[in-house]
Amino acid sequence: MDKFTKVEGTAAPLMRQNVDTDLIIRIERLVDNVGREGLGPYCFEQIRFKPDGSENPDCVFNQEPYRNAPIILSRENFGCGSSREGAVWALKGMGIKAVIAPYFGDIFNNNCFQNGILPVPLPIEEVEQLADEMKASPGNARVTVDLENCVVISPTGRSIPFKVDARRQHAMLNGLDDIAQTKANQDKIEAWQTADKQAHPWVWL
Amino acid sequence: MGKALFDKIWDSHVITDLGNGFILMHIDRLLLHDMSGGKAMKEAIELGHVPAQPRLIYGTPDHTMSTKPGRTEKTHPPGEPLILSMRETTRKFGIKLFDLGQDGNGIVHVVGPEQGLTLPGTTLVCGDSHTSTHGGMGALAYGIGASELVHVIATQTMVQRKPKRFRVSFDGKLQPGVTSKDMILHLIGDVGTAAGTGFAVEYAGSAVRALSVEARLTLCNLTIEMGARTGMVAPDDTTYEFLHGRDYAPKDAMWDRAVAYWRTLPSDPDTDFDREHTIDMAKVAPQITWGTSPEHVIAVDRAIPDPTTAGEKRGAWEAALQYQGLEPGKPIEGTKVDWVFIGSCTNSRISDIRAAAEIVKGRRKADHVTAWVVPGSERIKKEAESEGLDKVFLEAGFEWREPGCSMCLASNGERVPPGQRSVSTSNRNFVGRQGPGARTHLASPAMAAAAAIKGAIADVRKL
Repeated sequence: MDKFTKVEGTAAPLMRQNVDTDLIIRIERLVDNVGREGLGPYCFEQIRFKPDGSENPDCVFNQEPYRNAPIILSRENFGCGSSREGAVWALKGMGIKAVIAPYFGDIFNNNCFQNGILPVPLPIEEVEQLADEMKASPGNARVTVDLENCVVISPTGRSIPFKVDARRQHAMLNGLDDIAQTKANQDKIEAWQTADKQAHPWVWL
Repeated sequence: MGKALFDKIWDSHVITDLGNGFILMHIDRLLLHDMSGGKAMKEAIELGHVPAQPRLIYGTPDHTMSTKPGRTEKTHPPGEPLILSMRETTRKFGIKLFDLGQDGNGIVHVVGPEQGLTLPGTTLVCGDSHTSTHGGMGALAYGIGASELVHVIATQTMVQRKPKRFRVSFDGKLQPGVTSKDMILHLIGDVGTAAGTGFAVEYAGSAVRALSVEARLTLCNLTIEMGARTGMVAPDDTTYEFLHGRDYAPKDAMWDRAVAYWRTLPSDPDTDFDREHTIDMAKVAPQITWGTSPEHVIAVDRAIPDPTTAGEKRGAWEAALQYQGLEPGKPIEGTKVDWVFIGSCTNSRISDIRAAAEIVKGRRKADHVTAWVVPGSERIKKEAESEGLDKVFLEAGFEWREPGCSMCLASNGERVPPGQRSVSTSNRNFVGRQGPGARTHLASPAMAAAAAIKGAIADVRKL
């Protein structure tokens, strides 16, 4: 897994509720053989582009200074809906490193941690204030997301603490591989399976 | 204090405590489909892993093939490489694949229960958010992403953090025209799309006890649309009657032993839940969504809601009404419809098809409507045909198609055209879900059938 320690940069306010993973990446882009590295250009295509393929100037990702923002600010339930991990790969392909929102779809949240993108839960009042501070000083405003200290630094220098599971924080900071960690428990897995074959033999086909 | 159904399954699957609230959980069943499954198998192999328990893994292509009558994997060319890859990787490790056209093929969340692969008290995962469906059998079932899929292939385990517990009780009798689809849509409208985030949901109450297994699967299917990854119904005699004799279900003495264990699973009477919600079924009418989130739902006899009453959701409601081309204050009944889709892992089982056929029989679809029926599996298709239901639909001007996910998410190129309005028995009315610019209204199979006949959103109770 990719390491994540800190990201500093522009934060693009996509201030809507329930940004679903269908909106982040259309399903046919995951059928077409573009590969996970090739999804960035299709990220948010339904709002980034008009039906004729030209840029939609109303979309925050087409506006300066947010065009190459590494951070997204959004409202409640970001990443709800489909389990498609392609949504996270597409965000990554667009250069996104962290998403700040009040809370996230459960499966999307897990998928982020598998790919070195940090979902940062903050109360809606804090997210709105970050968006306001971004808009108040266009061009040079920066937001910092610091995973080591679990703190977001706003454009005006305010420190806003956030919570993250200690296990996930450790794995992200060190770029640990989940599967290798699990395989270290192989003897326990086998012991559980041996016992379960006795207790619930009908499960074992 | 007693234990919930969820806790009993959870506790019996803990391999080891990993600290900080995380455990290593055993996974009893991994189901693969052609969008997520074949790719994950390929990735696992490329990373040097082999499937740890290939006999606990089952596959069925459903997402990327055409559902046109007589289709093969070549009919929709973009899907062919995914299906070929799934065939190759499952064959290599002796994983059972219910391939296209074979008995047992169908939508993954239809196939699991149909084959008796989904059992009460087990853990089941699939790279698909609607895996919650299997909870209708009393299983603990999760949708997972691609990386977690590779983890399960390689280890037959998952790293999990325990969710909180949420019990939803549906009390009383279902009113005429009301199905479990209306129950779950009404619930989502009541509590919102994020009420279940961080929770495992148990559906209980007299109305749930009275539901068939197929109706319980529909109920659990939409759990993810209220934010929870898993939803479940305690197993009972209805479950055992459904399961008995199915291909992969235990047999003879083993069956009796399994049932004795399953009877210990329902939540103890003195269990505390972290959240409770109760719905009086006397107040639930047939539902239809009006907007672009499953929480945008009303009874079919109500007016399209006014965003100025929506508080902090006003912006979202206005955007939804604009996308859907609807005016607040007007009755939703009578809104002209262009497409009707009866199918998907939500509502493509034999009871769904019978319910739709009952409305359609002896009538004809409105001329301007394109109406599709896409059965959930090869078995359902054959069963429906043996009852003559295909003829009922064909004579009414509907298309009777091959099994698959089809127009629920348009991953096989089958789309509602831009700007056209669809009444669909599927699970998501998101912007562009059924195709770019498509306008989706979610409803039960009987409501969808009624819309096809009337050519407009219709109240099934009036037909």
